[in-house]
Amino acid sequence: MELLNLLIILFIGGAAAWVGEHFSKGLSRWISLLFIAVAAVSLLEMLSNIPAPTFLKDPITKDPTTWLIHGRADWIPRFGISFELALDGLSLLLVVLTLFLGAVSVIASWDEIDKHQGFFQANIMWTLTGVIGVFIALDLILFFLFWEVMLVPMYLLIAIWGHEDKAKAAMKFFIFTQVSGLLMLLAMITLAIFVKDANGYWSFSYFDLLDNNLTSSLATFIMLGFFIGFTVKLPGFPFHTWLPDAHTQAPTAGSVILAGILLKTGAYGLIRFTVPLFPEASIAFAPIAILLGASGVVYGAILAFGQTDFKRLVAYSSVSHMGFVLLGVFAWNALAIQGAVMQLVAHGLSTAALFMIAGALQHRLHTRDLQKMGGLWQSMPRMGALAMFFIAASLGLPGMGNFIAEFLVLAGLFQVYPWLAVVSSAGLITGAIYSLKLIQESFQGAPDDTLTPPDFSALAMSAMIAMLIGLIVLGIFPQLVLDISQPVINALTSEITL
Amino acid sequence: MTGTDFLALSPIIALAVGASVLLLQIAFLRNLKLTTGITVVTFLACLFFLFYITKLNHQTTPLLLVDPLSTFFSIVFVLCACITTFISYEYLKNRPGRNDEFFLLVVLATMGSIVLTYATHLASFILGLELMGIALYGLIAYPHQDDMSLEAAIKYLVLSGASSAALLFGFALLYAITGSLFFPDLLSGLASPEVAVGPQSPFWARQLILLGSALILAGISFKLSLAPFHMWTPDVYEGSPAPITGFLATISKGAVFAATLRLYVIGEFHNFPTIVTGLTILSIISILVGNLLALRQENIKRLLAYSSIAHFGYLLIALIAAGTLTPNGISAIEPSAYYLAGYIFTTLIATGLIAAISSSNNEENANLSDIAGLFWKNPLLALCLSVSLLSLAGIPLTAGFIGKLYIFQMGVEAGAWLLLSILIIGSGIGIYYYLRLIFSMTTDPSSSRSTLAPALPVTVSLITLTILVLYLGIYPQPLMEYLLWNT
Repeated sequence: MELLNLLIILFIGGAAAWVGEHFSKGLSRWISLLFIAVAAVSLLEMLSNIPAPTFLKDPITKDPTTWLIHGRADWIPRFGISFELALDGLSLLLVVLTLFLGAVSVIASWDEIDKHQGFFQANIMWTLTGVIGVFIALDLILFFLFWEVMLVPMYLLIAIWGHEDKAKAAMKFFIFTQVSGLLMLLAMITLAIFVKDANGYWSFSYFDLLDNNLTSSLATFIMLGFFIGFTVKLPGFPFHTWLPDAHTQAPTAGSVILAGILLKTGAYGLIRFTVPLFPEASIAFAPIAILLGASGVVYGAILAFGQTDFKRLVAYSSVSHMGFVLLGVFAWNALAIQGAVMQLVAHGLSTAALFMIAGALQHRLHTRDLQKMGGLWQSMPRMGALAMFFIAASLGLPGMGNFIAEFLVLAGLFQVYPWLAVVSSAGLITGAIYSLKLIQESFQGAPDDTLTPPDFSALAMSAMIAMLIGLIVLGIFPQLVLDISQPVINALTSEITL
Repeated sequence: MTGTDFLALSPIIALAVGASVLLLQIAFLRNLKLTTGITVVTFLACLFFLFYITKLNHQTTPLLLVDPLSTFFSIVFVLCACITTFISYEYLKNRPGRNDEFFLLVVLATMGSIVLTYATHLASFILGLELMGIALYGLIAYPHQDDMSLEAAIKYLVLSGASSAALLFGFALLYAITGSLFFPDLLSGLASPEVAVGPQSPFWARQLILLGSALILAGISFKLSLAPFHMWTPDVYEGSPAPITGFLATISKGAVFAATLRLYVIGEFHNFPTIVTGLTILSIISILVGNLLALRQENIKRLLAYSSIAHFGYLLIALIAAGTLTPNGISAIEPSAYYLAGYIFTTLIATGLIAAISSSNNEENANLSDIAGLFWKNPLLALCLSVSLLSLAGIPLTAGFIGKLYIFQMGVEAGAWLLLSILIIGSGIGIYYYLRLIFSMTTDPSSSRSTLAPALPVTVSLITLTILVLYLGIYPQPLMEYLLWNT
C-alpha cells in the first residue's frame, strides 16, 4: 500500500499550504512545491525498489501480481469494496505527468493569485490528490470516489478565483461531470451485481470484474454508462460544451490542471475500463465512437478558428486534439493506442504551456481578446518565442511530441477505418490554420507602443523551459515514453482484439 | 410488568422524569441556564439507557417493541435533540420574554418520537405521533409575536390535524378488516382466507383495503411531506424558530419514517401492488417537485424544506424495491436506516448553522446573502456546512454518498430503472442548488453583517455532526454490520 503515501503526502500538503498562509504570505506556494517534490521523491523511491526487467515485461491484465505495484485492503466488505491501488506503465506515465504539471500550475499561479493564497494552493493540491487517485485506484467504487472528489476542489478553484463568468462556468463543469458520473456509478453497480450473482460474492475490484459474462445487450447498456462518463470528461463531441466555459473562466493554474491532467482522466478511463471490461460491446460500438472522435477533431478545429478569445481558442483546440484520443482508443491496435497515450502526455504539456501564456497575458493586459493584442513579441520576446514554439508543437510540427502522437493514431486508424483516418487528418491542416492565427494575432503584427508588459519571470521561464525540453524529447526520442506504456498496451491488445 | 419491561422503557421513563422535573423547576424558579442544564442531563440520561439496551429485543406490552434497530433510531433522535437544545439555548438567550417552557416542549416532542419509533401497535403509533405533534405546535408558535411563526403554527396545526384524522380513519378501516391494531396481527389478518388479496377475495375487503391504504398513505405522506402532500413544508419551515426547523426536518420526519418502516415491514405491505404503485408515484413526484422547486429559493430554510421533500422521495425507493429483493421485504431496513441516519445528521448541520446565523443576526430567516463570505469569516463552520451540502448532494466521502449507493444497489437489484433514472435526474438538478449555497459562501463578504461566532457548545456540536457525517461516509462498515445483523 505504499502508493497510499503518494495520496497522503499531497493531501497533507494541501492542508499545510492552507495553514501556512497564516504564518507568512507566499509561504503556501513554497509548501505546495515542497510537497509535490516529496511526492515525486517517494514515487521514485517506490520505483527504485522494482527490479528493472519488470518494467519491460508484459503484465497480465487480470493478474495484479504482474503489475508494477499492487496493494489491496478491505474497506467496505459489506459490498466487497476494497481499497485497491495498483500501478502499471500507463498509470505511471500519467502520475508523473500529474506531478509535473502540478508543479507547473503552482508556478503559473505564483503572482496571479493575491487573495486567499493558502486555500488556493490547498485546492490545487487536493485536485492533484484526486487525479492521482483516479490513476491508481483499481476498485471501481474507490475510482469513483476519487473521480467525484477531485471535482470539489476544482469547482472551488474556478468558482472562487475564476474570471468574470465564473459561477456559471464552474456550475456547468460540475453538473456535466456529476450527472455523467452518476450514470457511470449506476453502470458500475449494475455490473457488480451481475458479477455477484454469477460468483456468489460482492466485489468491485477491477480484476474480479474483468471476468464478466454479460449478455450482449446488457453489456452494451453498461458500457454506455462508462463511455458517457469518460467521454464527458475527455471531452468528446457532443459532450464537450462544458469545456470552453470552464477553461476560459478558470484561473491559470486551474486551466493548466484542467487541460493538462483532468481531461486525461477520461481518456485513461476509456483505455483502462471501458474497452477491457466490455470488449464485445466495445467492438460493436467502435464505429460510432470513432465517428464521434472524427467529428470532434474536425468540429473542434472549426470552432477554434472562429474564436477571438485566447483561452477559448486553446480550449476548442483541446476538443480537437482529444478527438484523436478517442480515435486511438477505439481503433484498438497497438499503434493507435500508443498514439493516444503519447497524445495524453504531449497535449498535456503543450496545452498547459499555452494556458500559462494565456494566463500571463491576461495578468498583464487584463484581456484575453485577441483583437486587443498584436505585436507583443516586441515587448515580450521570451514569451513570444515560447508561444511560437508551443503553438508549433500543438499544430503537430514534426520533431515535437504532438506530431508523433497524432501520426501514430492516424497510422493505426488507417488500418481499420481508412476513410475516417483521411477525414481526421484534416484536423492536422485545420490545426495549423487556427494555431497560426493565434500567434499572428497575439504576438506578431504591428506593435502597440502603449503596451509594454513585462516579460516572463525567471521562475516561469524555468517551468516553460522544462515543458519545452519535455516536448522535444518526446518528439525526438519518443521511444522513452513508448517503452513505458508498451508492455501494458501489448497485454491489452493481445488479450482483447476488436 | 417485569424488570425487563422497565429496563426496556427506561429511556422513555427518563424523558418523562426529566419533563416532570422541568415542570417543577419552571414553576418555582425561572432560570434559562438551569432549564437548559436539566434538559441536557435528561437527554444524556436517556442516551445512557439507550446505549445500555442496544442488545435488548423485548416486546413490552403489545404497544411497544424495543429492538436494536429502533434503539439505534432513538439514539440518533436523542442525540439530535440534545444538539437542538444547545442550538436553542443560543437562540433563546437573547430573546425577550419567558423562554423556559421551550425546553419542556422539546423533551416532550422527543419522547413522542421515541414512542413512535418503538410502536408496534396502531394505538401507540397515533399516541407517539400526537405527543410529538402537539408539542411541536407549541414550539412552532413559540415566538408568538411573530406573524410568520403564528401562520406556520396554524398551518401546521390544521394540516397536521387533518392528516392525523385521515390516518386514524385509515387505521379504523384496517381494524374493520383485520380486527386488530397490533402490527403482526395486521399481517395475519390481511393474509387470512376471507380477506386475502387477490381475485378471489371478497369485493368489500378489496374496496376497504384500497380506501384504507389510500387514507393511510395520504396521512403518512403529509407527515413525511411527500409531494403532492408537501405544500405546508416550506411555509412551516420558514416560519418556525430555526432550531425547530431542524427538529421538524430531522427528528420529526425521521421518527415518522422509522414507524412507517416498521409498519410496512412487519405488515408486509409490499405485497399490495396498489400500495407499491402509490409509493412509486409519491417517490417520483417528490423527487421532481422537491428538486425543481428548490432551484430558485433564496431563503435557505425553504431550500432545505424542498430538498428534504426530494430526499424522502429517494428514501422511498428502498421501500419500493424491498419486496422484489426479499419475500418478506426485510431488505428495506438496512438501506433506509443508513440513509435516514446520514440524512438526519447532515440536515441538522445545515439547520443548526442557520439557527446560529439567525441568532447572531436577530432575524428569523437566513438568506443566501447571509452566508456570503462565510468561508473567509469562519472557515471551520463553512467547512461544516460544505460537508453537509456535499453529503446532501451525494458526493463520496460523506454519509449521503453511502446512502445513495444503497439506494442505487436496491434499485438495480429490483430492476427499478424508471425510479433510478428519476433519481439521477433529481440528483443532477440537486447539485445546482447545493453548489449555489457553497458558491455564495465563497463570495466576498459584501454586507457588514456581524461576524458569526456561536457559543462553544454549538460549534462543538456542529463539528461533531460533521465528523459523524464524514465517518459514516468514510468508514461505513460498522454501522452497516450493525444494521445487517439486527434485521
